[in-house]
Amino acid sequence: MTKKPVTKALFKWIDDRFQIQDLVEFLRHKQVPRHGKSLWYYFGGISLFFFLIQVVSGILLLLYYKPGEDSAYEAVQFITAEVEFGWLVRSVHTWAANLMILSAFIHMFSVLFTRAFVKPRELTWITGTLLLFVGLGFGFSGYLLPWNELAFFATKVGTDIVGAIPFIGDSALQLLRGGEDVTGATLSRFFAIHVAVMPAIFTLLLSVHLIMVQRQGMSEPENWKKLPEGDKRYMPFFPHFLLRDLLIWIVALNVLALLAILWPSELGLKADPFLPAPAGIMPEWYFIFMFQTLKLIPAHVLFMEGELLGIFGFGLGAIVWMLLPLWIGHKVRSSTVSLLGILVIIYIVGMTIWGFLV
Amino acid sequence: MNRDSAGREVSRSRRGFLNTLLSVSAIAWLGSVFYPITRYLFPPESHEANVRSVKVGMVGNFEPDSGTIFKFGRKPGLLIRTPEGEFRAFNATCTHLDCTVQYRQDLGQIWCACHNGKYDRAGNNVSGPPPKPLEEYQVTIKDGEITVSS
Repeated sequence: MTKKPVTKALFKWIDDRFQIQDLVEFLRHKQVPRHGKSLWYYFGGISLFFFLIQVVSGILLLLYYKPGEDSAYEAVQFITAEVEFGWLVRSVHTWAANLMILSAFIHMFSVLFTRAFVKPRELTWITGTLLLFVGLGFGFSGYLLPWNELAFFATKVGTDIVGAIPFIGDSALQLLRGGEDVTGATLSRFFAIHVAVMPAIFTLLLSVHLIMVQRQGMSEPENWKKLPEGDKRYMPFFPHFLLRDLLIWIVALNVLALLAILWPSELGLKADPFLPAPAGIMPEWYFIFMFQTLKLIPAHVLFMEGELLGIFGFGLGAIVWMLLPLWIGHKVRSSTVSLLGILVIIYIVGMTIWGFLV
Repeated sequence: MNRDSAGREVSRSRRGFLNTLLSVSAIAWLGSVFYPITRYLFPPESHEANVRSVKVGMVGNFEPDSGTIFKFGRKPGLLIRTPEGEFRAFNATCTHLDCTVQYRQDLGQIWCACHNGKYDRAGNNVSGPPPKPLEEYQVTIKDGEITVSS
């Protein structure tokens, strides 16, 4: 690679101090396997791209947003109606959040089906699931911030679920809500969690996740690994894979822009603690499968309250899912893993559709 | 006897004592950092007086077979006038997951929109996920004015 004298001098200046030649060598030699399932490699990057969009649009929203019972709804109204392109920034933030969760789900299931989570990538899977959980937390905490009717009741239900946990439920509820009920105090807390606590945790987890991916390289599908060396095809990461990544990011940006413009986010009515929950109330789509399950569990199951059973079920499910690589190793047949994945997808998609229809 | 970095002999008991002292100090230090933070995270008790009784309005303001949400302190309450003209009042917070219920004339029941929980006009949970009946308040009518009290 020929460099211009200035670039060369600058590179040398930095390299003298930080020895970055190693890093350049690493990037130059990094290879990405090419095979029929290569497409799935891009979804992690797409999720990352939407996260970056969230950071930028979130900072823009912060410039006008004012947390508080008497100001939050009005501020969002101001952003949407008065600030130039405010509606677009808000709509992009809402849509990118949804698309981030969607592509993270696709990324997760592609990792599951290609068995990329088994040894040596257990920790990459675990940090990945944690990132998804924090991502869902982002969605939940951000949902309340416009302080509208839907957000108010969704937060009441969501936090009340925490209150049902035995022993620590009451304290956890107080901690989350900043009091007994969902009030302005809850809004302040959710705001702090959404714009300070979660970004910090997310960035940390994301860094660890990405460093692991870089360190270990892309996972190779089982049957591809068995090919003779000569038949394995690779693509250099830099610039070939990166350019493809960028191209997909441009496509993702276009999809996002289209959705944000054609279906801008609505604001609805301001939250009023003295109005009944409106008919047709529903959480964000990625919580609907849990919401629908909670609706179906009867009030009492054996000796337990139905609500508690649901919470235990989902809590346990999340932990089991997160620790998947610890109990599914190389010995488990890939058809078993695929069957598990398909059953989970059928459950999630089925319950989501049911939740939408009823 | 142990030896220190300079090769001098150090009594085991003195080293043990210093290690214990250091560990205890470290724990005390962590405690002095995290205790205030933990306490800070829990909001102080609200000093608002608990409302025991509320005047809701005149009998004539409420149609038979209707329900109205009213403020019972910081909580929502639900006042129902049955088709027979009788008044009943409940805590309007659904016993399932904290949503606010409403009276549905078409069903003749109290309904929660969040998870489709249903209660009869006496506040008993009759279908859906609510595990308990609604908390009932006392209704007294004096000179045509309705008072709800807990």
